[in-house]
Formats: sequence, structure tokens, C-alpha cells
Amino acid sequence: MASSPTGTSSSTSAGTATAMVQLTDVQKHFGSHHVLKDVSLTIAAREVVVVVGPSGSGKSTLCRCINRLETITSGTIAVDGVDLPAEGRALAKLRAEVGMVFQSFNLFAHRTILDNVTLAPITVLGRSRKDARAEGLALLERVGIADKADHFPAQLSGGQQQRAAIARALAMKPKVMLFDEPTSALDPEMVSEVLDVMTSLAGDGMTMVVVTHEMGFARRAADRVIFMDDGRIVEEDTPANFFDHASSPRAQAFLSKILPH
Amino acid sequence: MNIFVDSAGPLLEALGTTVMMAVIAGVAAIALGTVVTAARISPIPVLRGLAFAYVQFFVNVPLLVLLILAVFALPDAGLLLPLTPTAIIVLALYEAAYVAEAIRSGVNTVGTGQIEASRALGFTLVQSLRLVVVPQALRAAVQPIGNVMIALTMNTALAAAVGVVELTSEANKLNLVEAQPILIFTVAGLIYMALALAIGLGAGRIEKRVAIKR
Repeated sequence: MASSPTGTSSSTSAGTATAMVQLTDVQKHFGSHHVLKDVSLTIAAREVVVVVGPSGSGKSTLCRCINRLETITSGTIAVDGVDLPAEGRALAKLRAEVGMVFQSFNLFAHRTILDNVTLAPITVLGRSRKDARAEGLALLERVGIADKADHFPAQLSGGQQQRAAIARALAMKPKVMLFDEPTSALDPEMVSEVLDVMTSLAGDGMTMVVVTHEMGFARRAADRVIFMDDGRIVEEDTPANFFDHASSPRAQAFLSKILPH
Repeated sequence: MNIFVDSAGPLLEALGTTVMMAVIAGVAAIALGTVVTAARISPIPVLRGLAFAYVQFFVNVPLLVLLILAVFALPDAGLLLPLTPTAIIVLALYEAAYVAEAIRSGVNTVGTGQIEASRALGFTLVQSLRLVVVPQALRAAVQPIGNVMIALTMNTALAAAVGVVELTSEANKLNLVEAQPILIFTVAGLIYMALALAIGLGAGRIEKRVAIKR
């Protein structure tokens, strides 16, 4: 990844030209609960950022704020230089450029797998049915479930459903892909088939924000690891530095709890 | 049994009126109920309030009161319609509130994840309602709507109280002549039961046909 920045030190040095996602002084409250505190983060194009941290640290919320599934209390979030607009057509247009993969897959239960993949390109992008189907089948081929095109979501295993969900997001040709704990709802033997797809996507230069507990994936595919605790970004570093020499006590405590497994 | 043979003509005609009222009011109630639900779940507060008020009004006032008001009060207000259409309109307005509640319960079965996924793909509100929420909500609402249709068919009997000549009123007329209430109203009851059974079976069929494959 020649174009990938090191992203280790000052996150503001990435420059606006290549900043795909930019969060500035983001605060987020759920009622009286302060979930995101002074979060500033710049993610460059083609960069893969893995967000880790204990549950309740705000990492999922951070991910969901980037396409405004959660609104923020103050601060700004920009995607490819455009500030997130208020709810409406402009926001829908921006969301079409940001792919999202959920913990619980969220495939449309009443549509076949191929329909799931083609529905948004046809309705949102105005693609012809024929082109959308051809591209959809190619994407299903890529994630290894072309034979399931005419099945319904509930007829697939969790790993297959999640791969279909990734194909559905990719069908929109997004500029950024957000992964919100994509393997947390999967049986252990299905985790690797999903991570393999994500690793190959990272290798192809997709800009990715991945919230996960899969430290192996972080080591293998991430350009940068962000450690969050209690709503703050506590530490950010390359995977090698983070896993071997985490500087903050909180990150060290977190790692000592999860790495032995 | 002679009494039924002798008055078969008027009885069949009355049964026809009952079925006609149920069908027209039923179709209208489903159409209106869908609109009320759409308003109820829309992001526009005024529409939500109006839909809520509509449902509360019709659920909390007895149908007989509404029928009597419509038949006796509306002409006073200068709106004069024949009896049967008046009863059909009141039935449709009344049952639409229950249809709206049935569809809303269907909407509640559609997980928030489905809506989040459609928003994340860039669907507008109308697109996610049309392509994701409503198709799934209607599937879940088939049986509850069927039950509302059965209730509606039974409720057509109340139209007898305001002078519409339907099955119950014709049975009552026959009883005045023959004085055999047990026999006459048992037969009338069996006919209503057959109608309800037919609606229930039909709803079950539709539900099976549109079911999401698991």
C-alpha cells in the first residue's frame, strides 16, 4: 500500500486533499450519558482503521455517527470533504456513498440475496435491472456465495448472510466502508470466512473503518489501530506498535485481558 | 323448514345486502386504514397527531352510536344519503381505525435493523417505507386484518337497528310473522358463521402465499 499514510503521529497532518473521513471535536450524548468525548479523527483515502476498546467505550457509536445513523451533539463530521447534511435527500445521497455492514447483517428478509444486492443500485442509483443483476452476481461470486443468489436470507448461515451484506454494501461502489462489529454475531467457525473477504477488500485499497474484537484481523489488515475507552480516543498507532508496546495503562489492561484468548 | 323456502327470495336478497356491505366497507376500510397508518408513522407531527386522534375517536365510540348519529343527525345537518350507503360509510370509517392498528402492529414487527440498513444504503424515507417496511408489515398483518374483516361482517348486523334491510333485520321480520325465534336466529347465526369461516380461510391462504421463506 504505497499510498497509505503512516497515520501514526498527528492525525491532522493527513491534509484535506486525501482525508476521506474527518471528525472534529465530536461530542455525543445519550440523554445524560456522555458517549463520545472530544473525538477528532482523520481517516485518509485507502486507509484501514480498526477501532478497538472495551464494550461501552463508544466505538460502535463512533462508527454509526459517520453515516449519521446516530446524530451528534456538537462538532463536525465530513465525508470526502462534505459535512454531513441534516436528514433528507442530501443525506440519503451521502449515505449511498458510505457502505455499512452491521453486526446483525440486516439483510432484507422478504427479498432474495440477489435482490438484496441489486435493490439499492436500481432504486437509488437508477441502474438498469440487467446491469445491476450482472454486477450483483459478480459481487456474490467475489464473496463466494453466487450459488445462493436465489435463496432468502433466512436460508443462509450467519457467515453467508454477512458476506451477502458486504456484497450489498459494495454494490453501491462506496467511497468508505463502515463495519460495526461484523463478526460478533457469528459462530466461531464462520468468523474467518467473513474476515477473509474484509482482508481482501483492504488489500484492494478500500477505505475502511472497522469496529471489531478480532485482533488478528487488526494485526493483519489495519494501517492504524484506534483504542477507545470511556468515549475518548486514548491511543492510536500502527498495529505492530499498539499490540507490542501500548503506551497507556488502559490499553495495556485491555490487551492483557483479551490477547491470551 | 317451510318458512325458509317461502321467504327464500327476501332472505337471499338480505344476505346479498350483508355481503355487499361487508365487501365495500372492507375494501374501503383497508385502503383508508393503510393511509391512516402511513400518517401515523410519518415523520410529520401534524399527520401523526391527526391519525392518532382518528384511531382514538373510532375505537372509543360504539359503532351503534355512530350509526344512529349518522342516520339521524346528518340529515339534520343537510346531508341526506340513502340508508345503506350511510351505513357502509360509517362501517368503513369505523373499521379503518382497527385496520390501521392491525397494520401498525405489523410495522412494529419490522426490525429497526431493516430500516437502518435501508437508510444506510441511501434510500429516502418513502423508498424505505415502500420497498422494505410496508411489504414486510403487510405480510405480518394479514391475519389481524382478516380478524378485523370478520368483525366488520358481524358488525353489519348493527345496521338493522337503523333500518337497513340486511340479514338480521330480515330474520327479525320473518320472526315477527312466524314466531320461531330459536330456529330463525340459529339459521341466521350459522350463515354469519359460514361467512366468518370463509374470510378466515381466505386470510390464511393469503398469509401462506405471501409468507417470507425461512
